[in-house]
Amino acid sequence: MVVAEPLWKIRLKLWIRSLRTGWELFKEKKLALLGLGVIIFFAIFGLLYPLYPVIMRNLFWKDDPLTYQTFAPYDPIIGFDPDIVSHPSPPSLRHPLGTDPLGRDILSMIMYSTPREFVLGITAALITVIIGTIIGASAAYYGGVIDTFFMRLADIVMLFPSLALLMVLSAFIELTLFRLALIMGVLAGFGSITLVLKAQALTVKVRPFIDAAKSTGASDAYIIFRHIIPNILPLSFLYMMFNVTGAIFTEAVLSFLGLANIRMSWGVIIQMAESSGYLMGASIGTYWWLWLPAGVCITLLCSSFYFLGRGLEEIVNPRLRKR
Amino acid sequence: MLKFLGKRVVQIVILLFIYVTVVYWLIEAMPGSFMDQYLMNPKLTPEIRENLKRQFGFDKPPHVRYLLYLRNFVMLDLGVSFSYFPRKVTSIIAERLPRTVFLFVTSTLVSYTLGYSLGKRTAWRRGKILDKTVTMVGIVFWTIFLPLLAIFNIWLFGVILKILPLNQFIDPNLWRFAPFSAQYIFVRLLLSGLTFLLVMLVSLMIAQKMKTVGAKRLTIYVSSIGTLLILIVSWILSGHSAYAWDIIKHMVLPVLTLTLYSFAGSMLVMRDTMLDVIREDYITTAKAKGLPDNVVRDKHAARNALLPLVTNFVISLGFTVGGGIITETMFSWPGIGRAYLEALNTQDTPLLIGLLVFTGIFVLIAHLVADVLYAVLDPRIRY
Repeated sequence: MVVAEPLWKIRLKLWIRSLRTGWELFKEKKLALLGLGVIIFFAIFGLLYPLYPVIMRNLFWKDDPLTYQTFAPYDPIIGFDPDIVSHPSPPSLRHPLGTDPLGRDILSMIMYSTPREFVLGITAALITVIIGTIIGASAAYYGGVIDTFFMRLADIVMLFPSLALLMVLSAFIELTLFRLALIMGVLAGFGSITLVLKAQALTVKVRPFIDAAKSTGASDAYIIFRHIIPNILPLSFLYMMFNVTGAIFTEAVLSFLGLANIRMSWGVIIQMAESSGYLMGASIGTYWWLWLPAGVCITLLCSSFYFLGRGLEEIVNPRLRKR
Repeated sequence: MLKFLGKRVVQIVILLFIYVTVVYWLIEAMPGSFMDQYLMNPKLTPEIRENLKRQFGFDKPPHVRYLLYLRNFVMLDLGVSFSYFPRKVTSIIAERLPRTVFLFVTSTLVSYTLGYSLGKRTAWRRGKILDKTVTMVGIVFWTIFLPLLAIFNIWLFGVILKILPLNQFIDPNLWRFAPFSAQYIFVRLLLSGLTFLLVMLVSLMIAQKMKTVGAKRLTIYVSSIGTLLILIVSWILSGHSAYAWDIIKHMVLPVLTLTLYSFAGSMLVMRDTMLDVIREDYITTAKAKGLPDNVVRDKHAARNALLPLVTNFVISLGFTVGGGIITETMFSWPGIGRAYLEALNTQDTPLLIGLLVFTGIFVLIAHLVADVLYAVLDPRIRY
């Protein structure tokens, strides 16, 4: 039989079909759907940021464009609202989530940080997964010296408490958002993820099609990239979700402790509240808008990525599937 | 087994050596040093500068200092702290370690007990309302921004309900005229806790040998309540109970926060293993025999799903030292994590290296214990 269709069309069809069956399985996981919903909500929320100052200007600053231009009250970094006597001011119509001690609008700070959190989390997780997958696959395929070297390296990386190490590294380099993502990604990539992916790759390595590919003269790189990696990719994708959670959490903690050089993020908002003394005793409840919205955002985004990961895990890992 | 142990110990020693080297050079390469705040003083003459450098040990080249450090490390000496001069790093760690360990062992024990019982129940009733709610709440706590949880707990219990102190380790007003240090009481408190744990363990082992369910329950209840009563009475009689109570009161909030934060980890592990075990044939057999549902769950399924949980427990104990930074900062708890942050801020190089190295040793030992425990608990595994 001669197949008239080009190869890419068949591949696309197969891909769509597997995606559809995956989606059918995924739809049953209500918690994972919830996570996906929250992630999509945050993505839209963050993308809507440029609209926010425009809307507010047309609502409240129509009569006073000069003050608006001078003080930029909805700028997340240099903004200031001169019409309010004392900052931090509680939530009002002008500032739906109130202002911080410097007179900046909290909602605009949160919205401005949202896309950055996504970029940070996904960059770090992508780097981790790419490194982890390649190392895991090659360690399993080659074995021997390469295997031993990377596994011992993983042992040493796992010995370091990651937060403590990042704190030390913050003394060397200014941890901007992108650098932080890079460092977190690389550190995690050589860590425990290689062990998991190597174990998975070992089960792929002993399958007959690897021997078949070898006997037809395929090169090592070809076998690793075309045969082994596609088979462990679902698992790496799954770990990516968990790594996004970890990266966002670590960034928030570092910002909260004031060790990262990030101009604005959800952690920085809480650090602002802490360093200016609004998280002490009775002020905690009085000035709740300084820490609660940002903290809830961090928690929601982290847990929704985790929910998504758990949902995918139940699809990828046959042990957890319902019988 | 002995051969395996020997191999592992050699491996650990090599790993530790590499780890110490990496840590040493990393901290050594950090820009600036503790000495700078003195050297920057323009009034100092060059002789005094040289003298200062010699006193801090900076007159020798770095590699000589590294070799000296290694020699001292082998003799279990981690050097002298700069910011707590002239205290030794080992003595600072010895002072701080019990506090961190007490905090974490308590919360780990509580959260693993909680995680075990919740995990087996959620797996048994998979997909039901209980499973969904508990998993969701657990994951939200597992991924919560830890400072947020700490702030919330401080606000709820310290500010609104006013039943617990906000932070710190002791109440200074109470301790001002105390004839002994807080450490004195604390170590005794730790020993009491340890005694209670030991008695519980022994009574559990005795209860295993008992024939009837009633006798088992009686043994456990009598021994635990009896020990608790004896301990409380002896504390009251000693006259230090107010001080001990003060420390315990200060400990509740951090322990609560850590427990809430970490119980989902063990719960999810337990749930996943249980789901695996439930499919085994012997569970079907046990059900077919007509055994009650909770007997099958507790005796047949949960026992066999316990193994990963136990090893996880040991490994998580290993990470306590490093994991305390956030909690201890939020609650001003003077443990290892706080000491680390302080040492980082004051550039106290010996203390910094000492803490990191000590953490590494702790983790390595925990891994070794986990390996051994695995072999002891699972008869199928032979090294």
